[in-house]
Amino acid sequence: MAEIVSLAEAVERAIHDGDAVAMEGFTHLIPFAAGHEVIRQRRRDLTLIRMTPDLIYDQLIGAGCARKLIFSWGGNPGVGSLHRFRDAVEHSWPVPLEIEEHSHAGMANRYVAGAAGLPFAVLRGYNGTDLFRLETLDSGHGPAPAIEAPTIKPITCPFTGETLTAVSAIRPDVAVIHAQRADRSGNVQLWGITGVQKEAVLASARSVVTVEEIVDELDPRPGAVVLPGWTVSFVARTPGGAHPSYALGYSARDNDYYVAWDGIARERVTFIQWLDELFSPRGDGPPGDPPAVLPGGTHPPGPPSGETYPPRPPLGGDEPPESWWGRVT
Amino acid sequence: MTVSAARALRDGMTCFVGIGLPSSAANLARATHAPSLVLIYESGTIGAKPGQLPLSIGDGMLAETADAVVSVPEIFNYWLQPGRIDVGFLGAAQIDKFGNINTTVIGGDYRSPKVRLPGAGGAPEIAASCREVIVVVRQSHRSFVERVDFVTSVGYGSGPGDRERLGLTGAGPKKIITDLGVLEPDPETLEFTMTGLYPGVSASAAKERTGWDLAIAPEPEIIAAPAPAELDALRRFQGTRARSHQ
Repeated sequence: MAEIVSLAEAVERAIHDGDAVAMEGFTHLIPFAAGHEVIRQRRRDLTLIRMTPDLIYDQLIGAGCARKLIFSWGGNPGVGSLHRFRDAVEHSWPVPLEIEEHSHAGMANRYVAGAAGLPFAVLRGYNGTDLFRLETLDSGHGPAPAIEAPTIKPITCPFTGETLTAVSAIRPDVAVIHAQRADRSGNVQLWGITGVQKEAVLASARSVVTVEEIVDELDPRPGAVVLPGWTVSFVARTPGGAHPSYALGYSARDNDYYVAWDGIARERVTFIQWLDELFSPRGDGPPGDPPAVLPGGTHPPGPPSGETYPPRPPLGGDEPPESWWGRVT
Repeated sequence: MTVSAARALRDGMTCFVGIGLPSSAANLARATHAPSLVLIYESGTIGAKPGQLPLSIGDGMLAETADAVVSVPEIFNYWLQPGRIDVGFLGAAQIDKFGNINTTVIGGDYRSPKVRLPGAGGAPEIAASCREVIVVVRQSHRSFVERVDFVTSVGYGSGPGDRERLGLTGAGPKKIITDLGVLEPDPETLEFTMTGLYPGVSASAAKERTGWDLAIAPEPEIIAAPAPAELDALRRFQGTRARSHQ
């Protein structure tokens, strides 16, 4: 049965260094607050899994939390590149990033296989593409040697003889999603564009669900996905936890944040300033967040009483400050 | 380009749409000559009828106006894979003369590329399974190449017979719409040929901005300039989008 805890406790108990973590939400209900908490708790060597890495993984990758990324489309939707992702792949900054890439259909089916307890899924896909064998041309020098993709294989249909494609199951250690609501027993309800969240939770050994609100009773919603509390490990009430993505019925996409992120992430120094803000005691920092002093003179909450956030990392230039991940390459 | 792409859509078609220019084109078509166009976004919204341009494929407006909202595994497995969708719109960072598309890496090799692009997304299966594909891309020496560095999505492979051999069920790319005009595959060789040019664009300009020896149709069509109604509709959409950014 799901335990209802604080976000900090959920991340602390569910996500460990070296885990394979799937934070899902297909442009809607992206669990940003949970991602930021993972950065604050300085997890490292994570294998990050997500169909659309988006800003949330750009932030985690830039902060040095990831060793590997498994994905199908890595861009800033409607804006451009993910600069921290590109810097990691092209220049190994702040740490080298291994990648494993698929198409959306392949990733979706890998989650389906994971949720179904099967070792692989079958689809019509990938035929004729280099995703199968990761071959590229070194212009002028002929084809580079092919590397076989370890998670994509041809398979023959035992009934028709047709050649199809098998993709291996994804079984993350932890799934992290954001939902609109949960009840006091930890039953989770999400609606609107529900993406691949159900499959991600059911494929994973553990799960963390942040929710906009916890209610006495979940009244039915058209098209809602309900995850019974016994399929979920931790529920954390986190209003606005999907910001800057949107939560249907609660908040709209903060498009200015997506646009502003392009400028922040483009240079290491501006990214480090953003990270410094994230670690600062008021614990927010992204553009569009409330100002330090809210109207009426109240300050946003700092860390829960009895807890302290990790010390602020030093501001730096191009060199990644060692304290975030304990090693500089 | 947007108007040209919109014109390629016929009323009543089912259309798999990505964000950006394809979404603008599909919505323009719906606002002008194709009111019954069925828009399908890979986020799982089927029959979305947005009143303004969505900011992303997951825009709430798409879910709220859709005939049905399904999960991501379902949109690919039940809707795209069986060949239910008439036309898919794709962009490209690189495209070759057989319409093969690269959106993965450019230069170097796979493990250490010069440029890391976003990757495949839904494109490989759109290219494989939609009944036909329309590619929208700016024409330049860098994007129109003899051979793509990485085949992310298959057009006609290395020529006639390849799609059948690979078991790709859709017919493949029927048009490449650029900022200079329109290319269509030669019926025999399947090599993309410039068959239409915008007013004032010369064949030699098109050849100059193509990285392969571009064939030009004997009498390329001069594509009509956008009509006032098309421009009005486009501006209306762009206006609402600009406002929604604020």
